Amino acid sequence: MTLFAEYGQILIILACIFGFFMAWGVGANDVANAMGTSVGSKAITLKQAILIAMVFEFLGAYLAGGAVTATIRSGIIDAGAMVDMPHYLVYGMLSALLAAGIWLLIASVLGWPVSTTHSIVGAIVGFAAVGIGPEFVQWSKITHIVASWVVSPLVAGIISFALFRSVQYLILDTDDPFARAKRFIPIYMFLVGFLISMVTMVKGLTYVLSDSGITLGMGHAALLAILIGIITAVIGIYFLRRIQRNPEQEKHNRFYSVEKVFAILMVFTACCMAFAHGSNDVANAVGPLAAIVGVVKSGAVTNTTAMPSWILLLGGIGIVVGLGTYGFKVMATIGKKITELTPSRGFAAELGAASTVVLASATGIPVSTTHTLVGAVLGVGLARGIAALNLRVIGTIFTSWLITLPAGAGLAILFFFFFKGLFG
Amino acid sequence: MSNPLSMLFGKSPIKQLQEHMSLVTDCTAELSDFFQAAISGDWPRAEAHYDSICSLENQADDLKRELRLQMPKGLFMPVSRSDVLELITVQDNIANRARDIAGLMLGREMEIPAPIREEMCLLVEGAIAVTRQALRLINELNELVETGFADREVDLVEEQIHELDDKERSTDVLERTIRHKLFAVEKDYHPLDMMFLYDIIQKVGGLANRARRVGGRLQTLVAR
Repeated sequence: MTLFAEYGQILIILACIFGFFMAWGVGANDVANAMGTSVGSKAITLKQAILIAMVFEFLGAYLAGGAVTATIRSGIIDAGAMVDMPHYLVYGMLSALLAAGIWLLIASVLGWPVSTTHSIVGAIVGFAAVGIGPEFVQWSKITHIVASWVVSPLVAGIISFALFRSVQYLILDTDDPFARAKRFIPIYMFLVGFLISMVTMVKGLTYVLSDSGITLGMGHAALLAILIGIITAVIGIYFLRRIQRNPEQEKHNRFYSVEKVFAILMVFTACCMAFAHGSNDVANAVGPLAAIVGVVKSGAVTNTTAMPSWILLLGGIGIVVGLGTYGFKVMATIGKKITELTPSRGFAAELGAASTVVLASATGIPVSTTHTLVGAVLGVGLARGIAALNLRVIGTIFTSWLITLPAGAGLAILFFFFFKGLFG
Repeated sequence: MSNPLSMLFGKSPIKQLQEHMSLVTDCTAELSDFFQAAISGDWPRAEAHYDSICSLENQADDLKRELRLQMPKGLFMPVSRSDVLELITVQDNIANRARDIAGLMLGREMEIPAPIREEMCLLVEGAIAVTRQALRLINELNELVETGFADREVDLVEEQIHELDDKERSTDVLERTIRHKLFAVEKDYHPLDMMFLYDIIQKVGGLANRARRVGGRLQTLVAR
């Protein structure tokens, strides 16, 4: 198309700027939620949290962010039906990025609870349904995604409920919780290592290594994941060894030393959480970008072109920059408010949420990390592990859906017609 | 900023229950010095102790009100909301009773007859001991939540409740002994004074009884 020959460069640069802006927003807002539980339970300091988040958000985005990116890029809109009008897809994705980014900015300033995932999905559905036509939206896929927003907090709640119950049974409700904690906690560490490496190898790496042609069989991947899990546990055991009992503090709280052991575990689950978050939320920023680059580069709408890995890289860097420039402030605020969560339950909530999110990432479903984490914490609460939880937050979450979806959609429609008028 | 995650965590009522019970225990413990002052007839000193009893009782009252206001209906807790609210009422009643005892004795400048002085002091100390044991129980709530109400921890609490009951029972025995002794000498004193003295004996016994009720409430709170 002549349009792409003439404006291709500008369109790609615009898309990169908007995508980076969006990734910055993810880093500035959402990462704080993912890491806030670790900071609040005082298992790690704010500095450590930022360091962990930077490394593992990036790794998650780069190594396992491919599947969700593919969904955002070409799973919501029926791209196959749009071969005649590839430029509409470009305008639309540009508007979606801009709409979601601006909406997030407005909402953050006004203090409304929003989700990045919901903003971008709402924006894409909005421009496609109104700007192009409702028949171009893959409604069955949308139903899937929306259902997952209800299911993911439930699943996370069930997992963290089971995790906390296992901790109760194996460690807390025993004669010597301290010794039992040292003995059983490496198992949970193994789970963390296994989960991350399994998802990375089975689902994520296919997008990163697609150019090199390397593929891993399921069996090989599982073996390798078990090995990495064992290595993780061994590293954990090394750090656990250094934890000594503190009889002085145990006079005030019999479980003081036990919690110190769990705090080590929480460093691992914090890494897992950051990885999971990166793998799911980077797509919100780079999915539309990937769609635009794909169309402009090839001049046509195709589902098959491989996604250049530099796009995931750009998203990962954007998240890290967002975290470094603004996200750490939000993290500090949230950490101060979550003080009721001790490491023994914080880890259960984090691991429950992280495994749910990472599995969603592997199947290419964009979910909200924050809402999943809320579900996980409620799961621990159901196991009678937390003194007081405010159930009104569930209402807030529903309200945020009701506000964010139409707002993202409305703004995207507005920008879509603007770009259409501008470029023709 | 309204963030769903930071909104999620409500203020724990357990810490406040513990603070309240600790105030109540301090308030009751003042009765010991108050009685010493009253027995030696040093009413200005007794009044000073009465004042600190009243001030502690007021603080406990404020904390009770604060806790009630901080328990919105939407709060999800490992214990039932109504159990917590009843527990704070039961705790508060102990402090009210301590203030009533000191107030009545101070107002009438009541003398404790020599034959029952020793036992009377023992009874007061006994009632204070029951309150202290109740405080120990309330402090156990931390560990209960920490373990997610694990069976082992619940058993531990049950044991301490038994201890509480035993301590209260020994004050009952003491109360009966005192009444018996007083009956033998009551005719030597003014009948009105004696009537009020019986009332005080009953009220001190009642103090221990109210502290024991904390254990009962805790039992229903734990068992679910």
